[in-house]
Amino acid sequence: MGSLTLENIEKSFGATEVLKGIDLAVNDGEFVIFVGPSGCGKSTLLRIIAGLEDATSGKVLIDGQAVDTVPPAKRGIAMVFQSYALYPHLNVRDNMGLGLKQAGRPREEIKARVATASKMLGLDDYLERRPAELSGGQRQRVAIGRAIVRNPKLFLFDEPLSNLDAALRVNTRLEIAKLHRELKATMIYVTHDQVEAMTLADRIVILNAGRIEQIGTPMELYNRPANLFVAGFIGSPKMNLIEAEKLGKNGAKTLGVRPEHVTVDPNSGDWKSTVLHVEHLGADTILYLDTEQAGLITARLFGEHQFAPDDKLFATPQHERIYRFDANGDVIA
Amino acid sequence: MSRARSSPWRSVAAHAALITYTAIALFPVIVIVINSFKTRQAIFRSPLSLPDAETFSLVGYQTVMTQGDFFLYFQNSLIVTVASLFFVLLFGAMAAFALAEYRFRGNPLMGLYLALGIMIPIRLGTVAILQLMVASGLVNTLTALILVYTAQGLPLAVFILSEFMKQVSEDLKNAGRIDGLSEYRIFFRLVLPLVRPAMATVGVFTMIPIWNDLWFPLILAPAEATKTITLGAQIFLGQFVTNWNAVLSALSLAILPVLILYLIFSRQLIRGITAGAVK
Repeated sequence: MGSLTLENIEKSFGATEVLKGIDLAVNDGEFVIFVGPSGCGKSTLLRIIAGLEDATSGKVLIDGQAVDTVPPAKRGIAMVFQSYALYPHLNVRDNMGLGLKQAGRPREEIKARVATASKMLGLDDYLERRPAELSGGQRQRVAIGRAIVRNPKLFLFDEPLSNLDAALRVNTRLEIAKLHRELKATMIYVTHDQVEAMTLADRIVILNAGRIEQIGTPMELYNRPANLFVAGFIGSPKMNLIEAEKLGKNGAKTLGVRPEHVTVDPNSGDWKSTVLHVEHLGADTILYLDTEQAGLITARLFGEHQFAPDDKLFATPQHERIYRFDANGDVIA
Repeated sequence: MSRARSSPWRSVAAHAALITYTAIALFPVIVIVINSFKTRQAIFRSPLSLPDAETFSLVGYQTVMTQGDFFLYFQNSLIVTVASLFFVLLFGAMAAFALAEYRFRGNPLMGLYLALGIMIPIRLGTVAILQLMVASGLVNTLTALILVYTAQGLPLAVFILSEFMKQVSEDLKNAGRIDGLSEYRIFFRLVLPLVRPAMATVGVFTMIPIWNDLWFPLILAPAEATKTITLGAQIFLGQFVTNWNAVLSALSLAILPVLILYLIFSRQLIRGITAGAVK
């Protein structure tokens, strides 16, 4: 139980079209992440699934049942918000139990479910505290706990890690991944951070300007981007996109090569270049190069390398890993 | 608290300005209170001096207690003020929530309509209000005053509260909806506690003009049984002779309840401010 189907969802606020026909099927137990730049409509889509916003047209089905007229509380969903959204006047225990209490469940059951969730998340010591007495990471765990307690068909996460600092973000990310393995629940997760998407998702849905650009597993998107947008969005640092004309190649408008697929050599290679800037990250060294043929490109070398700005060297793309895009930005197979 | 930019000079200047303002604001009140404890001759001979053994007199308070039914006037004023305040805050907050929270056709127009009352003084409509009250048989009732004051207080309340309600976290309200709270529970349990400082501000701004009003009690409810304290004090102001002792005593007494109400609200105000600061 816990499949989700979206049929041709459209949403406009006045004259502004935010979503332009979204079709999607999510299988039971799948972890699907919506990712895209801000303003692409991913949060609106999540809110439509939750029932907090009405779609202008289209259908939402949870477990095969149309839920368009069902209020959020009756859809069998739970949502974790970016700002945690804990009830300030209730302690952790009551925050987690409120949903069940509203649904009129017996007190014993509520107690047992809160206990299970708090054990899973290591919140046992904080059950009597108010949200104001918790740190950011603890608050987000309570918010996740509140979702678990409801035992929903569908977990919805709205950028849950955005308000946490970098170290905590990695920890919480691991916890969410672990949670997904333990609960085997269907999860829909919205983020603008492609690293979160790549690390957590079974499948990623890339949205841009209210449309789905591509759906696929993280590695499919990385290895076989359908178009320029996906190619530029997935992967960090960004894929180098070079106008084919500059290189004198025919049959494509744009060529793309990922920074990690560029090799450098001091003596020979395809593109003669000057080092503009070097970033030493320990595991990686990132070079910003000004090439004579291809313009500005980024190269990512594994391990430590000693280069300084103004060094002259040659960059060579791995020819079998060059992507070719046509004038519409679609990939040429 | 940041102390980085406070020099002694700035601190002295700021305090001097504040103390000057306080003195100016409190001066008339203090003159009223000290003169209410003096004999009639003393009031006119040296209005600014404090009462001493010779000039001390409670004759004003005695007159107030014996002539007219001042406890009833007090009670009337309190009933009118507290009831109006309650309705202004309740309906004002509800309207503000609707305007801030729901998208519906004509929302901005409705907001403008509700705020229009800030610009148009309600007293312009006195004749129509009086006709309305006569027609509905509400003349000389406290209900008439409560209705008028509620209408008078609502525009500012809606205007201020809707701005504050827009700042309440959208996520929090949505979390409530997903947990199955009704819109009323979301309003009363989640949103209202978070806008308490704004409610206190609106409360203070609504309460004081109602307590001090002479116009509507005089026109709508001048009967002995429904007189408010400000109207009651007028019996000592004659065309030829004014009983200053009694007038000043009545006014001094009238300060008390409003002061108490203010203290209740201002505690909320301060609590709200500090709660936001340490978050």
